[in-house]
Amino acid sequence: MFEQYFMKTGSLARFILRRDRIRIPIWLISIVAITLVVAEAFTNLYASETELQAIAETMLNPAMTAMVGQGYGLDNYTYGAMMAHQMLLFTAIAVAIMSILLVTRHTRTDEEDGRIEMIRSLPAGRLSSLSATLIVLISTNVVLAIFTGVGLYSLGIESMDWEGSLLYGSALGATGIFFAALTALFAQLSESSRGTIGLTMGGLILAYLIRAIGDVTNETLTWFSPLGWVLRSEVYVNNYWWPITFMLVISIVLIVASLYLSAIRDLGAGFLPSKPGRKHASPMLQSPLGLSYRIQRTALLSWAVGMFILGASYGSVFGDLDAFFSDIEIMEQMLTPMEGFSLTEQFITMLMAIMSMLGTVPVLMAFLKLKGEEKKNRTELLLSHAVSRTKLIGSYLIIAFITGFVMLSLAAIGLWAASVPVMDEPIAFSTIYGAALVYLPAVWMMTGIAVLLVGVAPNFTVIIWLYLVFSYFVVYLGGLLQFPLWLSNLTPFGYIPQLPVEEMNITNLTLLTLIAATMIVIGAIGYNKRDIEG
Amino acid sequence: MGRLSILQASNLVKRFGRFTALNGVNIEVNKGEVFGFIGPNGAGKSTTIRVLLGILKADSGEAKIFGKDAWKDAVDIHKRIAYVPGDVNLWPNLTGGEVIDLFIKLRGGNNKSKREELIQRFDLDPTKKCRTYSKGNRQKVALVAAFASEADLYILDEPTSGLDPLMERIFQECVQEAKNTGKSVLLSSHVLSEVERLCDRVGIIREGKMIESGSLGELRHLTRTNLYVETIRPMDSLASLQGVHELVKEGEAFSFQVDSEHLDNIIQYISQFGVTKLESAPPTLEDLFMRHYEGTSKSANSGAGGRP
Repeated sequence: MFEQYFMKTGSLARFILRRDRIRIPIWLISIVAITLVVAEAFTNLYASETELQAIAETMLNPAMTAMVGQGYGLDNYTYGAMMAHQMLLFTAIAVAIMSILLVTRHTRTDEEDGRIEMIRSLPAGRLSSLSATLIVLISTNVVLAIFTGVGLYSLGIESMDWEGSLLYGSALGATGIFFAALTALFAQLSESSRGTIGLTMGGLILAYLIRAIGDVTNETLTWFSPLGWVLRSEVYVNNYWWPITFMLVISIVLIVASLYLSAIRDLGAGFLPSKPGRKHASPMLQSPLGLSYRIQRTALLSWAVGMFILGASYGSVFGDLDAFFSDIEIMEQMLTPMEGFSLTEQFITMLMAIMSMLGTVPVLMAFLKLKGEEKKNRTELLLSHAVSRTKLIGSYLIIAFITGFVMLSLAAIGLWAASVPVMDEPIAFSTIYGAALVYLPAVWMMTGIAVLLVGVAPNFTVIIWLYLVFSYFVVYLGGLLQFPLWLSNLTPFGYIPQLPVEEMNITNLTLLTLIAATMIVIGAIGYNKRDIEG
Repeated sequence: MGRLSILQASNLVKRFGRFTALNGVNIEVNKGEVFGFIGPNGAGKSTTIRVLLGILKADSGEAKIFGKDAWKDAVDIHKRIAYVPGDVNLWPNLTGGEVIDLFIKLRGGNNKSKREELIQRFDLDPTKKCRTYSKGNRQKVALVAAFASEADLYILDEPTSGLDPLMERIFQECVQEAKNTGKSVLLSSHVLSEVERLCDRVGIIREGKMIESGSLGELRHLTRTNLYVETIRPMDSLASLQGVHELVKEGEAFSFQVDSEHLDNIIQYISQFGVTKLESAPPTLEDLFMRHYEGTSKSANSGAGGRP
């Protein structure tokens, strides 16, 4: 009986570890390293008691509560309390995503691609693959808990004691195990790997939203969210272990349910009915433009929501900003006070640079999809119809341009909308919107380089990503690390006038636009002349 | 042939770096004709087709379809052709029905009834997402989209790979119907029986060169006929005659192959021994094909993978 279900589970677990021998360590190292680096950085950022207390004040802001959770231990805001309050939730989300992706990879994805079928045809038990996956994931999360706990304690920060550090790690590990179990369950319900990821990511977002709403309005509601339990452990202040225990118990229930469902279902089947898709294409879809939008719709809409939320979360802290900045040394290094402008206004210029570069990511993705399609041999199919290459590349360009405009607009609108209620003297919408849209020529310039690469050197498109990362470092860290000026002149983002603090510079904007246009034309000509690969 | 030429390629040369994929390919497809394009993997079939589609640019040579240049006038030409690749890659998040509509629309036709009819004949569920389709089903999507369009030339690159025998039959019917309405077809295939059944003319490509081209009758003429003979008196010196190959004695009977030009002599010789049974079979395309590749299979396989 046992053999029937669990034969070879051990070998399969080792096989999973072998397949993920790079993937899992990268996740673990990144999560532990970021945790330790941030903990260490807090002690440098906030050197005095008063600074810590000033931060504690801002945590009472409902926007902050919604974002990071209800504050606790605020009257004596130690480094430990601050770490647990500001970092634990976000790290837990990262751990949850790790678990979701890893479990889906070894359950539904393998099943979809026919690999589970191969394994089932061997003398392996019916539940062996699923059990092996769960064993690997539980071990991974236990290792994560131990490393994080020991690591935090070994930093030797006074308020981060042994029990709290271990609890911090355990909270992360338990979240990971919980979401691994939840993914295992959803992998039985959904028929596809996309469906599985969709359901669990949806669950994660829902858990975050329920906690956010609950924390601001009604505490009972928070209890319906696993992310709410994480924060209820009140690490480094009260060190409650029972929310973590509770989480593990629920995980066991989920695991048993997933094993049961897996045992009674057919291979390849799911319990949620897959609904039939459209029989006909809508008129919207029936053109290269419609197609290129349609195949990236989900990604673009997610980015749009993300940019709005990003803008809004920056905007929501604007109320306390001036008080906040004057307390923090590092910010003063980045923003030298200027006559006639508030620190908030100066902060806007830095935010806009960062948000415009983040907003460039979906723009480049939207255009480079053209290259991805070519690699997958689908461009060939399209071009065998009455579709010219100019029309094809044009369609992707249009999507890229609209994406750039929408991303910057949404970030600016989000920023403005969230800042108005929290500021005594709100900044005018036109000021914020102008400061954002002035970055469009830089975005076009990046797009132009991408077009040039796709048209002339399609095997080197990765250059544009490296260039964007370079720009980000130069612009973001340039002020802080006192980079020489010529470095920031190497990126188009360095030529954009920083509204509202700087003067408008029409010449720079026009030049950027012209160079971008030239590169687009050359790229398009190249694309018309070269072989389509595949 | 004297008939209207639809597709004409002469001396196509295509290099990928140091590798010469096409080394002087010539093809001619006439109106109302099904042209079979055969050759092993890596011989250059797909590369030729992609040059004809204007997806690859030939280094030299000329490719004309409907009298227009395959590279320069690609879009114009594509309004009147339908293409089915051997390995159909579709968008995982679109349904089969959506892809078919998209393709029909992009070509510029709109034949709703034909679409429905073909979906039924090929037994395709158009409401499923492409990611759930098997290889055969993805192939069906491309075939439905191709045959639902009112194209004048069909370019089919191993279109039946992954189809079951029933669907292969449907496919052959579709090609036949297209031919009956005066359409032309360029069919690249590994299924030699299919080529034999459908094609009026055949071209054989090897290592980027056309090594044989003509009607099946013409090609057969160049080769051997299979004979099976029983005679009253034993034929003692059959083996020593010119033009006899692969002689096998089966009891009192002999089976062997005869070079076409020696057929007359051999028959006269046999008739002296009192023929009780005589069976003759034309060489199959497979015989033809194998004859061209025997002894060359090693080099012919070197470019396997089919795509550059």
